[in-house]
Amino acid sequence: MSGARLDERRLGLLLCSPAILAMLLVTGYPVLYALWLSLFRYDLRFPAERAFVGLANYASVLSSEVWWRALANTVLITVGSVTIEFLLGFALALVMHRTLFGRAAVRAATLVPYAIITVVAALAWRFAFDPTSGFVGGLLGLDHAWLSERWSAFVVIIAAEVWKTTPFVALLLLAGLTLVPPDLLRAARVDGASAWQRLWHITLPLMRPAILAALLFRTLDAFRVFDSVYVLTRGAQDTESVSILAYQALIVRLNLGLGAAVAVLIFLATLGIALLYLRAFRSGLTGRDWGGPA
Amino acid sequence: MPKRCVLCLSLLLAACGPSETAGPPTLRWYVFKEPSGAFAQAAQRCSAASQGRYTIALSDLPADADQQREQLVRRLAAGDTDLDLIGMDVIWTAEFAEAGWILAWPPALAGQVVDGRIKGPVASATYRGQLWAAPFTTNIQLLWYRTDRVGDPPATWDTLIQRAEGIGDGGRIEIQGERYEGLTVFFVSLLASAGGSVLDAGGRAPSLAPEPTRQALALMKRLANSPAADPALDTSREDHTRLAFERGHSAFMVNYSYVWPSARANAPAVAEHMGWARWPRVDPQRPSRVAIGGLNLGVAAHSRHPQLAFAAATCLVSVENQRLAARLGGLPPTTAALYDDPELRRTFPFAEVLRATLEDAVQRPQSPVYSDISLAIGRTLHPLRDIDPERDVERLRRAVGRALRSEGLL
Repeated sequence: MSGARLDERRLGLLLCSPAILAMLLVTGYPVLYALWLSLFRYDLRFPAERAFVGLANYASVLSSEVWWRALANTVLITVGSVTIEFLLGFALALVMHRTLFGRAAVRAATLVPYAIITVVAALAWRFAFDPTSGFVGGLLGLDHAWLSERWSAFVVIIAAEVWKTTPFVALLLLAGLTLVPPDLLRAARVDGASAWQRLWHITLPLMRPAILAALLFRTLDAFRVFDSVYVLTRGAQDTESVSILAYQALIVRLNLGLGAAVAVLIFLATLGIALLYLRAFRSGLTGRDWGGPA
Repeated sequence: MPKRCVLCLSLLLAACGPSETAGPPTLRWYVFKEPSGAFAQAAQRCSAASQGRYTIALSDLPADADQQREQLVRRLAAGDTDLDLIGMDVIWTAEFAEAGWILAWPPALAGQVVDGRIKGPVASATYRGQLWAAPFTTNIQLLWYRTDRVGDPPATWDTLIQRAEGIGDGGRIEIQGERYEGLTVFFVSLLASAGGSVLDAGGRAPSLAPEPTRQALALMKRLANSPAADPALDTSREDHTRLAFERGHSAFMVNYSYVWPSARANAPAVAEHMGWARWPRVDPQRPSRVAIGGLNLGVAAHSRHPQLAFAAATCLVSVENQRLAARLGGLPPTTAALYDDPELRRTFPFAEVLRATLEDAVQRPQSPVYSDISLAIGRTLHPLRDIDPERDVERLRRAVGRALRSEGLL
C-alpha cells in the first residue's frame, strides 16, 4: 500500500472514530453487559442471592417448552408477514414504477402506514377487530372475538405487521426496479421474451441486491416483533413472541439473569439470520446468473 | 440564593414549584385510580388532620393489578425516593418485604392498624411474623344465584353442578377460567376448601397434598365439561362472568361484591332475583375457604419521610376512611365492627355472609415469587376442560417447584 493511500486510510478511520465510539457506547456496552448478566443468577427481588451460575440460565431457557413455543410463534409471524409483505410490496413497487402521472402522490400515499407509530397502528387494529366496537365483524358479517383465539389472533397480528411495513418493502424494491436498464427489457422483448420471462430472467436477477436488502431488514425486524403482540394480545392465547418472553422475564419478573439469557439468544438468532442473508447477498453480488452486457 | 432564584424563574417555577422548604412535605401515595374519589377524599381529610405536618398527594396507577405491580417494582427496584405510600395488592406483601422495598410496621404503631380488623386481611399484610402494611379495604368472592331458578342455595359444588344441569337453559355456571390471576384464585379456593394448600408451612416448598389437589382438579375438570359450563369459559374473567350473569343466561356465579351494585344499575330484572350465599364447599364436612383480595398500605423503604408516612397510612386506613371507601367506592372494609353499621348494611345487604367468609379466608401463597407461582398454576391448569387430575397433580407440583426456585421461563 502506498504512503498516500495509507494516510488516506488513517484519515478515514479518524473521521469514523467518533461514530464508532458512539456505537460502542450505546450498543456495544449494553450488549456486553447483557452477556455478562446472563451468566448470573440475578433477580432484583433477591438482590442478596446474586451468584455466578455459568450457562445455567441458558440451559434453563433452552430446556423450557415455553421458549420453543415462543420461537415457533415468532418464526410463524416472521415467515407469514415477510412473505406477504414481499408479494404485496413487489406489486406496489411495480405500480409505483409504472405510474405515469401523480407519481409523487402515489408514493406518498403508499408510505402513510409506515409513518404511523407501531403502537398506534396496533391499537387501531385492535379496535377494528373488537367484537363490540370494531367494524371488521360487521363488515364480514362475523360475530367472532378475533383476539380470543390462537389462529385468528395470529391472523390479526400478521395483518397488522403487513399493513404497517409493506410500504417499506415496496420502497426498497422500487429502488431495485429503477436499477433495471430499460434497454435490456426492450432487447428481450425484441427477442420474443414474454412478460413473465422478462420478469423472471431479467428483472428479478438484476434486483437481487435490493430484494435481499428488503428481506433482510424485514426479517430482522419481524423476528424481534414486540409492540404489535404486546398491544393486540399481550401474549395471551399462546401468541407470545420471544421478545415478549424477554419482557416478562426482565420487566415483570425482574429476573435479570434469565431475561438477559433470553435477550442474548434473540440476539444470536438475529445474528444468524443476518449472516445467512449476507451470504446470499454476497453470492448475489458476485454470482453469474446473468452474463452481463459486456 | 440569587442564583437559585434565577434558576427558578428560568424554569418558570415549574420544577421548583412546591419545594421542600415551603410548606409541609408532600407524601406521594401510589395507588390505583379509584373512580369514586374515595381515596382522594381520604387523602384530603388526613392532610387536613395532620395540622400541617404533611400533605398526601395521589399518584395514579392503572386499574389492572399486574400493570400496577409492573410500574411499582420498576421504581422500587431502582430505589426511587418519590414513593412514600404504596397501595398494595394483598399478594405483593411477601415479595416487597423480602426484596426490602417496604418497611416493617413498627410494633408500637401496629396496634392502631390491626386492632378490630378481621384476621384474614391482617394475615394478608403479615409475612414471617411481622406486619408489613396496614389493611385498608378487602374483597372476597361469594356465590351469587338466581332465587327464581334455584330454591335454597347449594352448599357444595357437587349439588351446585347437579342443580345447574337440571335447570337446562338458563342454568349456566359462571366461574373465572381464563389463564390469569382469577384462575389462581379459583384453584387456591377449591384447594383450601378441600383441605390442601399450595405451599408448605415454611413457604419454601410445594405442599399440594395429593388427595385435596386431585379433588380440586377433578372438580375443575367436571365444571368445565359440564353442559352447564359457559361456552366462553376459557376466556372468562370476573367482568365477563358478571356480564353473562346480567344477561340472564346463568343461574350461578362466583364473583366479588361489586356485581351487586352493577346488576342493580344494569339489569334490575336480574338483580331482583339475585341471591347470595357463601362460596360452595368442596368437602361437605368443611366450611369453604376462599382466597382473599384487597388493598393494604405499605411504606416505601426509600421514602424520605418514613415516620410521617407511617402516621399518614395510619390515618388513611382509619375506620372513618374505610366507611368512606365502602360508601363511595363499594370497597368492603377490613374493620369487623363496620359490618354491623346500618348504613354499611344498606350498601352491602350481604354483609353478614361477607364477614363470615372473610373470617375463614385463605391467603394465596405468601411467597416472594408469588407472581411466578401464579403463572405456573395458570400454565398448568389452563384450559380447565383438558385437566387430567391423576397426571396434573404431579405436573403442578413440578411447575410450582420450578417457580419457587425461579427456574426457567413461565
